[in-house]
Amino acid sequence: MLQKRSLEELQALCKRVRRHIIEMTGAAGSGHPGGSLSAVEILVTLYFDVMRHDPSNPSWPDRDRFILSKGHGCPALYAVLAEAGYCPVDQLKTLRKLGSIYQGHPDRRFLPVLEASTGSLGQGLSIGIGMALAARLDGRDYRTYVLLGDGEIQEGQIWEAAMFAAFHKVDNLVAIVDYNKLQLDGFVKDIMDLEPLVDKWRGFGWHVIELDGHDIPALQRAFAEAKTIKGKPTVLIAHTIKGKGVSFMENNPKFHGIAPTPEEVEIALKELA
Amino acid sequence: MSTRTTRFELKMGKSTRVAFGETLVELGRQDPNIVVCDADISKSTMTHYFAKEFPERFFSCGIAEANMVGIAAGLASCGKIAYVSSFSCFVINKGFEQLRVAVAYPQVKNFRVVGTHSGISIGEDGPSQMGIEDLSLVCALPGFTVLVPADEVATRALVRLATYHDGPVYIRAGRPNVPIVYEPTQQFEIGKAIELIPGDDVTIIAIGLMLAEAIRAAELLENEGIMARVVDMHTVKPLDREAIRKAAEETGAIVVAEEHLVDSGLGVRVAQVVAEEYPVPMEFVGIQNTYAESGKPQELLEKYGLVAKNIAEAARRVLRRKNKKC
Ligand SMILES: Cc1ncc(C[n+]2csc(CCOP(=O)(O)OP(=O)(O)O)c2C)c(N)n1
Ligand SMILES: [Mg+2]
Repeated sequence: MLQKRSLEELQALCKRVRRHIIEMTGAAGSGHPGGSLSAVEILVTLYFDVMRHDPSNPSWPDRDRFILSKGHGCPALYAVLAEAGYCPVDQLKTLRKLGSIYQGHPDRRFLPVLEASTGSLGQGLSIGIGMALAARLDGRDYRTYVLLGDGEIQEGQIWEAAMFAAFHKVDNLVAIVDYNKLQLDGFVKDIMDLEPLVDKWRGFGWHVIELDGHDIPALQRAFAEAKTIKGKPTVLIAHTIKGKGVSFMENNPKFHGIAPTPEEVEIALKELA
Repeated sequence: MSTRTTRFELKMGKSTRVAFGETLVELGRQDPNIVVCDADISKSTMTHYFAKEFPERFFSCGIAEANMVGIAAGLASCGKIAYVSSFSCFVINKGFEQLRVAVAYPQVKNFRVVGTHSGISIGEDGPSQMGIEDLSLVCALPGFTVLVPADEVATRALVRLATYHDGPVYIRAGRPNVPIVYEPTQQFEIGKAIELIPGDDVTIIAIGLMLAEAIRAAELLENEGIMARVVDMHTVKPLDREAIRKAAEETGAIVVAEEHLVDSGLGVRVAQVVAEEYPVPMEFVGIQNTYAESGKPQELLEKYGLVAKNIAEAARRVLRRKNKKC
């Protein structure tokens, strides 16, 4: 099991993970930096504070499950898994290269610690529900966490899953919406607005917690609150900034699916020093 | 040993997705009845050219491919010429039930679906974004016409033909830039294969970016005195049965090459015709019952056996079988 970290340590880890994301996508020359950077605090809080898991025993049956439904954000997940000790930090820069364990989207064939192979948006919540139901059937108390993109939840399957989870009172499941207000073609509000998003999830029978997705104590409180909610699933509507931490990437639609150039890598790393 | 007088010079051209996006804008200028739907990926499918010029005729459907297919089916049912576009894996796989029940079954005629980023040549994004089952799925739908342009020239021509075709059409496009195999004046007809290189020893039938590889393979084979016929089967459905029968009869051996799962794409469809019309030995080049991985497009094509060398090897294998027979 990982030791507990202080807030300062968690924040320092976030910065390290951000540096990895920049270096990885920069070295690959492709990939999705924006949506990786927006999810850093969520992932670090989960893996280094909230989730029950053990890097020395990755197939522990009672481990909490995490699914990166927005699979393109995998540089962030790879960096967090590597920092947690599941896989080598020094190979992070092989991202997207032939034969790398760090595939362009999460691929369990190459990195078995991943709970699902994702990349086709809209499917992770259903898989997470299945895992949560299995826990219930087996009498295990592990919890399942699913990270969704805001654009991703335009997929109909998400709302089929949302309806199911509430109806079946899947309360060992937490969904997190990385609400960074951007998707591939531009701003979510211009492509297909999600508002009123809190009301939508509430209407579907979920316990909803709205918060700043870069505020680690707020995330800690929200995940703790979710544990106390019985009889319904919980969703965190996490307001985030796409590209967070790198000035020229923040809120910039360009950096959804474009890697930083070598010069941009240098500037970004300076900002993240 | 006869040698051919014409050698193919393969110049690099645009990707078929870019040629598609450009042609769609030209068609949009001529025909106000054309509408386009995309699912938050217009910057990659290149329908954003159309979106920019004709915002009132462009529907951004969000990341919701099944819904998009249904909406376009409704538009087409009311007389619009409706294009929908996304990566082929997303629009075909996620929209399959809607393609079946909202388009194919009621015979909605003006419906056109364009899947880009087909095959493994998308490269680094990896298998979740690679359309390698699309031909199998769409060819299963009664009434669909299925087109696979090999280069920018073929794309421009086939998109024009598809626009006014009487029945639903799927066009399969790719991500990378591809060599130009056609003269700008080349004529195309839906359902009519094109013989690019004459030859009587063996026929190579290819589609998409495998056509350029087939041409290179024919050159490799010619150095060994083997004259391979190269045929572009740009219409995968309905197949040009006559061209296939002639190839079987006149060359006695056929290789099919495609950037698709080998056991459910063009190859098995051609084999059915060969079995019915004129059985001869065949070999198949395609993706072997697996999902690929991340890597550079060229690295992947080589690793998964989709380059000229693999086609030439298949031709040598099929020729050994042909010669054993007679
Ligand atoms: C089913 C499906 N359709 C389309 C895509 C292509 N795609 C990849 S990322 C993306 C935008 C995702 O936006 P969002 O969920 O908001 O992610 P984030 O902003 O966190 O990067 C799209 C359309 C996909 N991966 N899967
Ligand atoms: Mg987003």
